[in-house]
Amino acid sequence: MKKFDKERVLLAVAGPVIALVAAMVLTSVVLVASGKSPIEPYSLMFEQATFSDIQVLIINEAGMYYLAALAVAIGFRMNLFNIGVDGQYRLAAMVTAVVGAHVSLPAGLQIPLLILVAMLTGAFWSGIAGILKTTRGVSEVVSTIMLNAIATSVIGYLTLDENFGVPVGNNQTTGVMHSSGWFPGIDMGASGEIYGFVVIAVLAGVLYWLILNRTRFGFDLRATGASQSAAAASGVNAKRMVLTAMLISGAVAGLAGMPILLGDVHTYSLSFPTGLGFTGITIALLGRNSPVGIAFAALLIAFLAKASPALDYKGYDKEIAVIMQGLIVIAVVVSYEAVRRWGLRRQQQRVGEELAAAARAAGADNGNNGNNDSVKEVAAR
Amino acid sequence: MELNGITKRFPGVVANHDIHLSVRKGTVHALVGENGAGKSTLMKILYGMQKPDEGTIAVDGTQVAFTSPADAIARGIGMVHQHFMLADQLTVLENIVLGSEKLYGIGAGARRKIAEISDRYGLGVRPDAYVEDLGVADRQRVEILKVLYRGATTLILDEPTAVLVPQEVDALFDNLRELKSEGLSVIFISHKLGEVLSVADDITVIRRGTTVGTAIPSETTPRQLAELMVGSELPTPETAESTVTDRPMIEVEGLKLLAEGSDLPLLDDISFTIHEGEVLGLAGVEGNGQTELIDALIGLKHADSGVIRMAGEDITDWATRRRREGGVGYIPEDRHRHGLLLESPLWENRILGHVTEQPNTRGKGGFWLDIKGAQADTRRIVEEYDVRTPGIDVTAASLSGGNQQKLIVGREMSHKPRFLIAAHPTRGVDVGAQAQIWDQIREARREGLAVLLISADLDELIGLSDTLRVIYRGRLVADADPASVTPEELGSAMTGAASGHLEHVEEDTGGAGDSGDARAGDSGDVQEEAAPEDEAR
Repeated sequence: MKKFDKERVLLAVAGPVIALVAAMVLTSVVLVASGKSPIEPYSLMFEQATFSDIQVLIINEAGMYYLAALAVAIGFRMNLFNIGVDGQYRLAAMVTAVVGAHVSLPAGLQIPLLILVAMLTGAFWSGIAGILKTTRGVSEVVSTIMLNAIATSVIGYLTLDENFGVPVGNNQTTGVMHSSGWFPGIDMGASGEIYGFVVIAVLAGVLYWLILNRTRFGFDLRATGASQSAAAASGVNAKRMVLTAMLISGAVAGLAGMPILLGDVHTYSLSFPTGLGFTGITIALLGRNSPVGIAFAALLIAFLAKASPALDYKGYDKEIAVIMQGLIVIAVVVSYEAVRRWGLRRQQQRVGEELAAAARAAGADNGNNGNNDSVKEVAAR
Repeated sequence: MELNGITKRFPGVVANHDIHLSVRKGTVHALVGENGAGKSTLMKILYGMQKPDEGTIAVDGTQVAFTSPADAIARGIGMVHQHFMLADQLTVLENIVLGSEKLYGIGAGARRKIAEISDRYGLGVRPDAYVEDLGVADRQRVEILKVLYRGATTLILDEPTAVLVPQEVDALFDNLRELKSEGLSVIFISHKLGEVLSVADDITVIRRGTTVGTAIPSETTPRQLAELMVGSELPTPETAESTVTDRPMIEVEGLKLLAEGSDLPLLDDISFTIHEGEVLGLAGVEGNGQTELIDALIGLKHADSGVIRMAGEDITDWATRRRREGGVGYIPEDRHRHGLLLESPLWENRILGHVTEQPNTRGKGGFWLDIKGAQADTRRIVEEYDVRTPGIDVTAASLSGGNQQKLIVGREMSHKPRFLIAAHPTRGVDVGAQAQIWDQIREARREGLAVLLISADLDELIGLSDTLRVIYRGRLVADADPASVTPEELGSAMTGAASGHLEHVEEDTGGAGDSGDARAGDSGDVQEEAAPEDEAR
């Protein structure tokens, strides 16, 4: 069986490698077309990645990407497309920031409380889409996109001065959170500080793997994603599963803004990072919904995001990184599907070959003229 | 039309190998072979849906190479698929014209042409009827007309009788004879020998992907043909001694299921009892409520009224999972959709449907999967049920249909079901696996299993069942004793022509009895005739 395992690893790696190479080549084409060097931006960005302060930035960014991507991946594993991670994490961050500014408990209670608030808020927002889907059959794609827009308005309303808003200069914040809710970081000296929440992100990844692959619930969830009809016949309550997956996805999404909120800015303001949810979709796709794959993908995209600003100083547009990110998404979708089909076909072929070989061997052992016949028999099956 | 040395390889299998076939003008040429012998692949090649790896096709003496069905149609080759390709919401006329508007327009010209074809071949097609209102046989005639309308001179019919009851089969054969007398050629694919012998002028037998012989119907017995087709001794689905007890396992009373959002009953007043050790066979043309009945029994759809009891316990409101834990085994009619996770490894497929049970989880209601346990048990199933696979880590999709089915049967039997729903348990399965699956059902039945057997294969139904019921338009309209009933008698109940208890009449009134004998049913009759010869050898 080892042969098949090795091949599976190869297939798992082939998809992303092909996609990344294709994306790089296409980006270079764009660079050449705009009359620029197709190589230098890469070397500039790689050079950036050798600086330790940039490395810290990349890791911090990757931590947030990772959580957002996990949230998307939970949906993907079940054939649910939670585009609403973006709204879920922003709303969760804002509500958490408000709670953190108005409630003051000892750190041992405050931090778990804030995490719980974030998860519940995210789950609440995604749960709306879940309930709409299970009761009214509304596509979660449509409802979560709309909920993103609604979240923006809700946040805008709640951060008005007469509600929870606290203007600071020309920025609108929710006030500074009590320091008991600040999540301790890992000090890297002059390079900065790695968010302590990155550890939580890693734990979330481990938990994700454990639950999906080692528990009954995870099996039901994956079965539903692989074949809804087969899962239903096997006794999975599809509606409950949709709602549960949506709630978990939203709860994890709620965590995505926590690293920066609890570890750095300690308030929700106009400059709070946006678009994590959409980046998370890219990363979940690139990482093939696997916790390890997502980690690599998160680091890669974080690298693009944090190493590209340096391009501006050398006369390149840092939007090259955005172009490349877009191309990665397209290349990933194409190459994964191609590799998947190829892999399935190849396995069918090899199973056929092995069975035929086994039959041949059996025929030879018998040493009679049934040899030819048994091979054909297998071939026809 | 002539085919020479056609070979087609698919990943891992040679679907067709060195096929030779020559069809004379104005004849019905039957192509017979077991399920999975490679008939459908050959037809796809003929119809331009797939390209052969080797070999040549010649039409009227000129060599042709088809790259799409359009090429084949241009050469006068038309195909009537087993599953009809008609738009329900359109009329017959619209369906026929659809895609060929240029030929005779869409108005009076087309109508004239349709009427002309319909009259010439006695198809009796009503151009303004909506397809959704037509029965299966009528739809098939529309499909045939559609092909003729496009100017086909050679018609390929893929298992045309699979969806028909015996009486409709006769009507179809009359149509085919009309076509033949007008100089058209028909390629008729089937695995039912009786039908083949009654309608064909030439027969080509295909086995394991290659043509193994040709036969002339008038000089061939079903026995010879069957031997050619199977290449070995024929298995029979007959059960020897009765194991029926008087302890009811499944009782269904007044079960009613309405179509979603309407008060149209899909199932109406269904009542039956299956005892321990009893196989209840359900006959019926597909689409008469069998799927809904299965869904209601497995818990995918909940009854609008009526009661389902298992071993005396009311399970009407139980969810699917609880029913399965309670001992309901399920061999689904569509294993790809309902029985397998195609892209998952075999051992995960072994867990499917029994995720809450040992050896897949530790303890009852366990939270964690027992992956080692599931894998070990998958190896046992592979061994005991002769699933041909190089290992348990390959995906279910890489196994052949028969081996997939063996895995499913093994899985369901491993949980000691008390009640088994077996829907088409041997569909698309090769002869060896078929006999094996029958054996397993018989064995479980001896141990007190109650089985609901649903099958389109009337011989399988008659052979395996202890009791027979006929479902028609969502109602159980007739019952019969499998020891004496014939496929024809069952067939008439399947069309709604007969109801109540089907009493076998030994001496039928002259003509009808003769025709029944002459047609020799299908492979089951062959087997019956075969049995004495077996003893003689």
